[in-house]
Parts: sequence; structure tokens; C-alpha cells
Amino acid sequence: MKILVCISNVPDTTTKVKFTDNNKQVDDAGVQWIINPWDELALTRAIELKEDGNNSIDEVCVINVGLSKCDATLRKALAIGADKAIRIDADPIDAYYVAAQIADYLKNNPFDIVLSGIESSDYNGSSVGGMLSEFMDCPAISSMTKLEIENGNVTIHRAIPGGKQILELTTPFVGIVQKGITNEPRIPAMRGIMMARKKPLEVLSAVEMESLSHIVEFELPVAKASCKMIDAEHLEELVNLLKSEAKVL
Amino acid sequence: MNFELTEEQEMIRDAARDFAQRELLAGVIERDENATYPKEQVKRLGELGFLGMLVSPEYDGGGMDTVSYVLAMEEISKVDASVSVIMSVNNSLVCWGVQKYGSEAQKEEFLKPMARGDKIGAFLLSEPEAGSDATSQRTTAVDMGDHYLVNGIKNWITSGGTASVYLLIAHTHPEKKHHGINAFLIDSKLEGISVGPHENKMGMRASDTHSVMFNNVKIPKENRLGEDGQGFTIAMRSLEGGRIGIASQALGLASGAYELALQYAQERKTFGKEIFKHQAIAFKLADMAVEIEAARFFCLKAAWLKDQGKPYGQASAMAKLYAAETAMKVTTEAVQIHGGNGYVKEYHVERLMREAKLTQIYEGTSEIQKIVISRGLLA
Repeated sequence: MKILVCISNVPDTTTKVKFTDNNKQVDDAGVQWIINPWDELALTRAIELKEDGNNSIDEVCVINVGLSKCDATLRKALAIGADKAIRIDADPIDAYYVAAQIADYLKNNPFDIVLSGIESSDYNGSSVGGMLSEFMDCPAISSMTKLEIENGNVTIHRAIPGGKQILELTTPFVGIVQKGITNEPRIPAMRGIMMARKKPLEVLSAVEMESLSHIVEFELPVAKASCKMIDAEHLEELVNLLKSEAKVL
Repeated sequence: MNFELTEEQEMIRDAARDFAQRELLAGVIERDENATYPKEQVKRLGELGFLGMLVSPEYDGGGMDTVSYVLAMEEISKVDASVSVIMSVNNSLVCWGVQKYGSEAQKEEFLKPMARGDKIGAFLLSEPEAGSDATSQRTTAVDMGDHYLVNGIKNWITSGGTASVYLLIAHTHPEKKHHGINAFLIDSKLEGISVGPHENKMGMRASDTHSVMFNNVKIPKENRLGEDGQGFTIAMRSLEGGRIGIASQALGLASGAYELALQYAQERKTFGKEIFKHQAIAFKLADMAVEIEAARFFCLKAAWLKDQGKPYGQASAMAKLYAAETAMKVTTEAVQIHGGNGYVKEYHVERLMREAKLTQIYEGTSEIQKIVISRGLLA
């Protein structure tokens, strides 16, 4: 059984986001890139399953649609324990473009399970997994919080409002991973980092296609206004401020 | 000249940072307060391969370069120097010497488990009356034909109570002065070895520091490391590399305190504005940033020289001296920037300041580094 994990290369979650090119491009100067946290959880679970002797997973592969700056992120995925990395060499414009490129790769390279994070911490499209399943004509299991495989039987838990849904299904399928699938992502060990040197990182050309959307502009959220504390004994001052400053009375 | 780190070096730095932030930070204040040995944390350090990261993969190590080691030591020391000193001693003072001078049998028996983190190593050089003045060793290892008979006391031994492997330095032929010193690689549980009480230290309180007493301890001949009389060279060469580890630890203490102070200065307000906007504080932080950057260059230069196979003794002494002095200055200023909060334990900086003091003292005081450096000027 083979698992493919889709990896987004995203800015570190503490990055101070800035834009260039009239707010059409994210300024990536000084940005530290990481594996999208939800994808990292998916990868961790895939590796755990491979290490567990009770199933027949013999390969965990990671795939990314991106430029060469993503190689460091893929190398980390290899250091954590993925067996092989594929990068489709393109600057992705939207989720449809990414899903179509991965689907094209899957035509000649079938996998039993494809995992993707429920969202990415950059553009938060939450749509690659769903689109992929449509391209592959197989089920998509969204909000997956547990994945167990025993003797080829797949059991999945999904988070649903107020509870969970438990499913059994057959491969192939796309699992869209939510937090809870594993405890926490792994820290690469020195041995893993050393072994990653010898693992394959294959770079493939992208298929020609148009993206379905284009970016007009980015905007940062409005900065939070500062908070004014009014003493409980000065209610008049509060009323005045609500009238004169907040203008809500 | 190239100031860029490789992709792999960055990955190692990030792995060390993740480990420190995720697994060391919680509980570090309590471990310091109660002088609790970080057993679980050291186990994880071994699992992640940091304890043997400089050892060749052939002997179960990580096979990483010294530059990566500096980066990892800095990140771990930002959070817990009690853990990083165990890592430094195991890597630079014990594993290095075994890999360089050990027989294949010694590497199999001692180096492999230390590189995997299954066993911890301690370096037994200091004595009540012989620290950096290594030729004044009083511990004797008398050649009895089929074994050595060891008597004496070793002081200030990091991991003295927990280590399974001791790299012991002792005099076999006192009349030959430093040419009569030998190094031995031994099991810490040999009959006749006893460990003194845990030293109640000012800082790095969670690392266990002990005196170790040798009373008619029989050491088999095959446990001698290197040639007869090579012990002084082994000790001095080990310390050259050890200084890179401690310099990087000092760097981490400084940069850890600086990061906390920089963050605090942007949050704490006085006279209606963040204290960072007061020039007195902003200039302090500027000075700290400059000195840390200089200390980092010293550490990386020494590491780079070692990786290139070039002499690095002078560079590592400079790195140790400068980084330790910087750590003391920067951590003290970090406490000052924190004001009253800096004086209480929950803000971490007072601990970093206490720990910084030790970097000016152990593995050669700042004054000893100046002796090494000044002698090197005329070489």
C-alpha cells in the first residue's frame, strides 16, 4: 500500500506578512518556510502507519507543486521519514492548479491513499483535497481525525459538529486531515537528516494549464483598536466616550 | 567567503529549536529550582541524535559538521544550559577523543552506545588542585604489569553521577611531567569508584556535578586510550574542541536572554510608551545584538576551521573567551531591562544570568583563555 502526502510550503506561522507589487505579491524576503502544519500532521500519521508492523504500507511519498525554494521543506519531510519526494516545478496560482497538477502525476503513478491538510496556513483555500478526489473519481473524507489500517481494512474518524463519525472504506481515497490525527509533528532526528541526503527528490515539469483565478490585491486585516479602561465609578465618562468617540449612542 | 548556512545546517538548527521550545521549556524553571537531573530530556536528546551528532555514522553517530553543532548548541542553550552542557561534554570531550584515539574495540564498546545516547560520558580531568593546570594531576595510575592501579580524586565532574563511561586523566609517570600522563576509558561502576554528593551550584543546577573518588581501582590495560604518555595531548586536544561547545553554549545563553529582553521591551510600557522606545533601552539592545553577532562569528569561525581540518585551538579559545564574556554582559543587561520582573524566576533571565557565570569559569576560565591566546600570538 502506498500513501501520498500533499505538502504546501508556507511561511512560518509567526511571519509578519508584507506585500509587494502594489499588494499583488507576498513579499517573501526574510520569510522562513515550513511544511503547512496540517500537512505535517498528515505526514506524521502516514509515517506512524508505515512504522507500525500491523499494516502493509511500503511507501510514503510527499508531493508539492512549487518552485525550488520548496526543496528545503521537502527535504525536511524526507528527514522526518518520507521515502521519496516529488516537486512539480511551477509557481501555483490557486488550489485548482495545484490539484490538477497532482492529479496529472497520479494518472501514471497511482497511490492507495492521498492525504492533504484540511487547510493551509497561507491562503487557507481548504480545497485541494476535495478537487483531487474529483479528478481521481474517488471518495474524499474531510475533517479526518483518525486513520487506522489493519490487515488492509481502513477505519476513519471524522469530526462532525458535536461528535464524530466513524467510517470504514476501501482504497483509493483522499483523506483531508484535521488536527487530532496524531499528537504532534515529529522533530527530525540527526539520523533522519543524514538519510535524507540519499533519498530521491524528483523534480517534474508542470503540465500546461491556465489557472482559473488571478489575484487582484491582498489586504491586511485592520489593526485592532487599542482598549480604553474606564473606572467603574466613572460611568458618565463611559457614556460620553460612547457618544463622542465610538459614536454608537 | 560564504556566510550562508546550508539547507541541512538550517534544518538541524530548526530541529534543535523545536526540541528546545517544545520539550525543554516546560519544566526548566522547576528542574533548576530543585536541581532535578533532566533524565527524560537527555533521553530525547539521545533519540534525536544530538548526543552523538559529531560522531561518524560508522559508529552510530549523526556525522554532522561542527558548524551544525554550534547551531544546535546555541538553540538548546537558549532554553536549558543544564541539558546543553551534557550534550557538549558527551560530544566534544568524550566521544571526540574516543573516535580520534580509541581502538576499534573501544569504539565498539564505548563510542557506539554514547553516540546513540544509550550511555552518557563524563570527562575526568579537574582535581582539587589541578584544573586547567593539567600537568599538576595528583591522581595516579600505576602500571602494575597487567593493569593500572588508580588512586585519587576528581572534582567538578559534569554528569559525574549519571555517566556510564568515564574518560579519566591520570599520571602514570609523574617524573616525566606531562609526558607521563595517560587517558583511560572506563566503566563508571568499576570497584573502588565512589561518587561524592551532588554539588549545590549557583547555575546549571539540573546537570549533575560531582567529585569522583578512586580507591585502588584496577583498570585493565586495554582500557588505556591512545599510546602510553599520550593522555596530556588527548586532554588538551579534547578541550580545544570542548571550548567550541561551551562558547556556543554561552552564545545561546546570550541570544536567549536577548530574545526575551527584546520581546519584553516591546510589551512593557513606562511613561506612556513601550520601553523599547526609550533610547536608554533601545541602545542597550543594540549593543547586545552587536556583541551576540560577533560572538556567533567567533563560534562559527572556530567550527569552520575544525571542519576544514585546520588548526582551531586559538580560534576556539577566542570564541570561548568572547562568547562567555558576552553571555555575562548580555544576560545581566537582560535582567536590567526586565527590571523587577527580571529578578524573579518566571521570567527566565535571572537563571540565564546565573548560568552565564559558569561559562566564564569551566573548561578553562576566561583568564586561562587569555593565556592560550597570548601564547598563540608568539607561536
